[in-house]
Amino acid sequence: MSAAVTSPAVRAGFLLRRRRSYRLLTLPALAVVAAVIVFPWTFTVYMSAFDWKIGEAAHFVGLGNYAGLATNQRFIEAIVHTFYFTLLAVVFPLLLGTAAALVFHRRFRGRGVLRAIFTMPMMATPVAVALVWTMMFHPQQGVLNYLLTQLGLPPSLWVYSPTWVIPSLVLVEVWHWTPLVMLIVLGGLASLPTEPYESARIDGASEWQLFRYITLPLIVPFLVVAAVIRTIDALKAFDTIYVISQGGPGTASETINLYLYLQAFAFYNVGNASAVVVVFFVIIVALALLLLHARERARWAA
Amino acid sequence: MTDNPWHSETLDRVRRRLLQAGASATALGALTGVVALAHAQGAFDWKRFKGQKIEVFLVKSPRGDLLSKYHKEFEDLTGIEVGSEMIPEQQQRQKAVIEFNSGNPSFDVIALSYHVQKRQFAKNNWLADLRPFLNDATMAAPDLDFADFAKGGLNYAVEADGRVMSLPFNLDPWVVYYNKELFAAKGVAYPKTFAEMIDAAAKLNDPGKGIAGFVGRGLKNANVPVWSSFLLGYGGSFIDAKGKLLTDSAEAIEAGKMYQTLLAKSGPPGVAGFNWNESQTLFLQGKAAMWLDGIGFAQPLEDPTKSRIVGKVGYGVMPAGPKAQVSALFGDGEGISSFSKKKGPAWYYLQWASNKTNQTRMLQAAAGAPVRNSAYAAAQQSSDFKAPKEWVECMLKSAAIAQPGLPVIAPVTEFRDVFGIALTNMINGADPAAELRKATAEFQPVLDKSEKA
Repeated sequence: MSAAVTSPAVRAGFLLRRRRSYRLLTLPALAVVAAVIVFPWTFTVYMSAFDWKIGEAAHFVGLGNYAGLATNQRFIEAIVHTFYFTLLAVVFPLLLGTAAALVFHRRFRGRGVLRAIFTMPMMATPVAVALVWTMMFHPQQGVLNYLLTQLGLPPSLWVYSPTWVIPSLVLVEVWHWTPLVMLIVLGGLASLPTEPYESARIDGASEWQLFRYITLPLIVPFLVVAAVIRTIDALKAFDTIYVISQGGPGTASETINLYLYLQAFAFYNVGNASAVVVVFFVIIVALALLLLHARERARWAA
Repeated sequence: MTDNPWHSETLDRVRRRLLQAGASATALGALTGVVALAHAQGAFDWKRFKGQKIEVFLVKSPRGDLLSKYHKEFEDLTGIEVGSEMIPEQQQRQKAVIEFNSGNPSFDVIALSYHVQKRQFAKNNWLADLRPFLNDATMAAPDLDFADFAKGGLNYAVEADGRVMSLPFNLDPWVVYYNKELFAAKGVAYPKTFAEMIDAAAKLNDPGKGIAGFVGRGLKNANVPVWSSFLLGYGGSFIDAKGKLLTDSAEAIEAGKMYQTLLAKSGPPGVAGFNWNESQTLFLQGKAAMWLDGIGFAQPLEDPTKSRIVGKVGYGVMPAGPKAQVSALFGDGEGISSFSKKKGPAWYYLQWASNKTNQTRMLQAAAGAPVRNSAYAAAQQSSDFKAPKEWVECMLKSAAIAQPGLPVIAPVTEFRDVFGIALTNMINGADPAAELRKATAEFQPVLDKSEKA
């Protein structure tokens, strides 16, 4: 047997060579990552140290842009709006999506058709959705106020009121993305074992106890996945807000993304916009770590 | 029989050779001047740049559509091939900045909005001065007729030092559309002054019936011209000669109060989020007595498929303020990139685009309000001209009292954003004086920086 007579030294050399050739194989991927992720990112950090408006000369300001942001009322408000929007736009779809999944998990006539109908909003183009909702929100001609008055309720200003604009925008998100949460949770429910339920029923557990002590703990990993996806989506939300309220009235619904868009593409303050991106990046990484941590815990708890 | 045929033949040969060599536009201009003198008849020739190709960069709008539709006509007239790109306004503005900054823009001719791009383009010297062409009888078409352009348009096109940077194309003075039926029902006459305007709006406002006394833009950024319409009437202005903002002056605050009164007290619910389209919808439904906006909306208002108030619309000139009667003006035109290597053919395109025929067409197609005074008379002679006579009169009167509706500065978008937020906050109850002081303090450093650079 040739393998038996190979000395350890020769074998180690072979492994080393093999590792080297493997490293070569990663080069194309590394090059792509360097070109499309590492370079733009480093360049953004570099740009954030300059006071540069397109069409004017750039001045090095070090951390000046960041210092400016730290005291910029409008930017701080934008961060608050982003968190407020994200919180609502994660919690409500999760609650409603889970409830919908529990309903659609039961067997009843027409379930397939109803499931298909329920997932339809998800397939619509965000900008088209936003345009339709803009019309529905209209305080005079909108269908929402018509429905309210038919029910004998006073009309609302919806996205035209500084107080209600973010909840109204969340309403659009909820309508649009609850089906996604439903699909994820439904997949989780389908994968659950039936034995625990059978034994719990024999022990006389109620429907609520079945859900609270068996179903819920078992689907937590799926809920965490849904929460991660929703959080990412909500943080990066731009199209719906831009189309429906443009961050207004005033700055009442201006999230970091909208602020960033204005700085970069309306005012051409590239340096400042780069600093905003870097801060936003740090926030996203922190949130991602938090969610990953939650996911690990959920896995061990399950 | 000429005494010395050799003379002009030589010159012609030299000219041809230089043309082939693609000499720069200035050298060519100088030489053709000599030729013109030699021939003693300033021969303007549309076919002069035959076989060349230019790129034009337009905005997607009824004006852009109109020009593109007739590009073939220009090509037949001149033998110059036209490549055109047409994209929406916002993107066009962004792309223009990036292309000019590269130092090698892909276009020779560019359409610009004066109220947004004039100062930006001038400060960076992005456009070529047109005076050498205007003063050259071999380059200026015989029917150019510079005197035919309305003064408001020329104010925009000409710099303080006399340089002509573009040819104006379209003017957009702000006017008051009013619903004659609602006015008659309450026995109110069309207001002649600001005080009467506020009064009329309050009388006509009837929330129980869902009728607003006044409607206009409340959405931030878009709303600034509404306030500047009042500011100009109170005798205020945006900036003094030294570049200091005057936007927290007593006049500006009065204008802010008027804005707040009209929109918050006599405006429809939710007006803080209205742009022109929401305002238009409300007015079209007969649910608003007055609407202040640009002049270009006659077509939808008189279209029976869209409007419930056909034939009931009054077109009013902006009422007089305590100090002045001013209509806030916007406009667009076309200029030649200073980087262009084909300034001659590009200039031909400009002359064609702003010629009398195209200006008349623009009015007939309701694609805008022409800068040329002659276009109004010409269009009215045509049988398929549908705009009401009252609209034409309103346009001519407004253009005569028009002043720029926004400060001619480079960071105009930022100006509109900062002051737009202040105005929206006023609709929601904030104090006009405090908001304007805050906005002025916030914007002054931005302006200083932009003028210093």
